[in-house]
Amino acid sequence: MECIENNTGRDKRYAIQLIVNGDSYNIAVKANTLLVNVLRDQLNLTGTKKGCELGNCGSCTVLLDGEPVDSCLILAIEADGHEIITVEGVAKNSQLDTVQQAFIDNAAVQCGFCTPGMILSAKALLTRNPHPTETEVREAIAGNFCRCTGYVNIVKAVLAAAVTKDRGA
Amino acid sequence: MYLPDFDYYAPATLKEACFNLARLDGDAKVLAGGTDLLPHMKNEVIAPKALVSLKEIQGMQEITYVPGRGVVIGAKATHNALVRSQVLRDRYPSISETAHSMANYQIRNRGTIGGNIVSAVPSADLPPILMALDASVVMAGPHGTRTIPLEQFFVGPRCSVIACDEILTDIVIPDQAATGSAYFKFGLRRSGALAVVGVAASIVVNETRVAQAHVVLGAVAPTPVRAFKAEQLLIGNSVTEALLEEVGRAAADECKPISDIRGSEEYRRDMVRVFTKRALRKALHLPGEQKRGVK
Ligand SMILES: Cc1cc2nc3c(=O)[nH]c(=O)nc-3n(C[C@H](O)[C@H](O)[C@H](O)COP(=O)(O)OP(=O)(O)OC[C@H]3O[C@@H](n4cnc5c(N)ncnc54)[C@H](O)[C@@H]3O)c2cc1C
Ligand code: FES
Ligand code: FES
Repeated sequence: MECIENNTGRDKRYAIQLIVNGDSYNIAVKANTLLVNVLRDQLNLTGTKKGCELGNCGSCTVLLDGEPVDSCLILAIEADGHEIITVEGVAKNSQLDTVQQAFIDNAAVQCGFCTPGMILSAKALLTRNPHPTETEVREAIAGNFCRCTGYVNIVKAVLAAAVTKDRGA
Repeated sequence: MYLPDFDYYAPATLKEACFNLARLDGDAKVLAGGTDLLPHMKNEVIAPKALVSLKEIQGMQEITYVPGRGVVIGAKATHNALVRSQVLRDRYPSISETAHSMANYQIRNRGTIGGNIVSAVPSADLPPILMALDASVVMAGPHGTRTIPLEQFFVGPRCSVIACDEILTDIVIPDQAATGSAYFKFGLRRSGALAVVGVAASIVVNETRVAQAHVVLGAVAPTPVRAFKAEQLLIGNSVTEALLEEVGRAAADECKPISDIRGSEEYRRDMVRVFTKRALRKALHLPGEQKRGVK
């Protein structure tokens, strides 16, 4: 992170580098710019949603160095030099990820607002724990609120994705 | 929801960070995980002129056992790091379990033990269990470091003795023969809910009698408080259900809860009685409460 010259006071901009979904971006941000706003407004990656903006709902979840975090509570400048995965980076070569397919197959997408965050929390869970129990799934998505219906289909989808992964699909 | 403007510094050393804070003379805030500070700023409760980030400062996040000193936890250790730490799981699983009971996975990845302590929120979860284990806190300032017992750290809601140019660097849990410790929290939901009542207990048992006991109550006074009368009732005695009931009542008498949206004063008082018994049973490895623990 370096300060761009001829910038003063509160309008000062800082040059930072973010590696988002494998691509490197060199951008200028103000100190108070939030990571979620950089992703949505500057990089046009609007898959990351904004809900409560206070760390409660998880709709802004992204992976920072592989770990799920709320991007509404992280200054963009604090993510300088780090790797970020958003929901746009989950599918590979136009091929949906196992977790995404399982959400569709299990009717776990309703309005879809919570889905990007759910998918990322679920992916991180399956990476650190390929065989989670139902309780572990529920705990991993406890920071992702779905206000459409219950969590039954979502939990089913994550458990199904674990099984599909096991079969090597 | 946007943040107000502020200046931002990310010094590479603790010393520089303290000098930065001193120069800004109370107008700056330390930024660790930001999970408490940023919501506070978004809600316009505070508007610091500057933030001094700890992110470039090396270390400060290890959890180690230092023979002769005890378990040393860096202030930047995240809640998930406390959950995963083998050192804590071996020596003080109650700390890992408490961290596991906090917030949600995303917040536990960012929120730190230092931020949880310095926020000094009366319902914070880590201070009661750390106080029950006799923890001390180490603070670095522009002119050196000082160490004080955590018990002397809190002054009131969101108020502590840390100076505006000091940084909390370590939490130290001294070696002791605690035979068991536990934290029980009552929240309105399993996940992400602040404690309505939190009770931490640590105990040393010699043969069958209690040699030492700490009972610390959270969310029922302006700061976490020791329940001294409850502790006294335990010392020198063997524990029976009747004694636990008496101890629970003493703890309920000693707390000073408020009534708010989460619970009335009477309700909190009664929950202190119940949770004191549960925390003690778990600390004593008595059957019956394992399943209902904070995990
Ligand atoms: C959705 C949600 C759920 C939550 N659930 C819980 C919960 O269940 N239990 C609970 O106890 N808390 C909870 N919290 C509160 C918060 O996440 C924790 O208190 C967390 O530990 C704060 O740490 P932080 O690193 O994010 O602190 P920050 O937000 O970075 O800082 C908090 C305060 O401490 C100061 N500070 C931080 N580190 C230092 C340091 N090393 N030296 C000096 N000053 C410092 C800052 O200046 C600031 O005043 C929750 C918060 C959210 C948003
Ligand atoms: S928008 Fe970030 S947690 Fe709700
Ligand atoms: S599908 Fe609508 S919020 Fe979850």
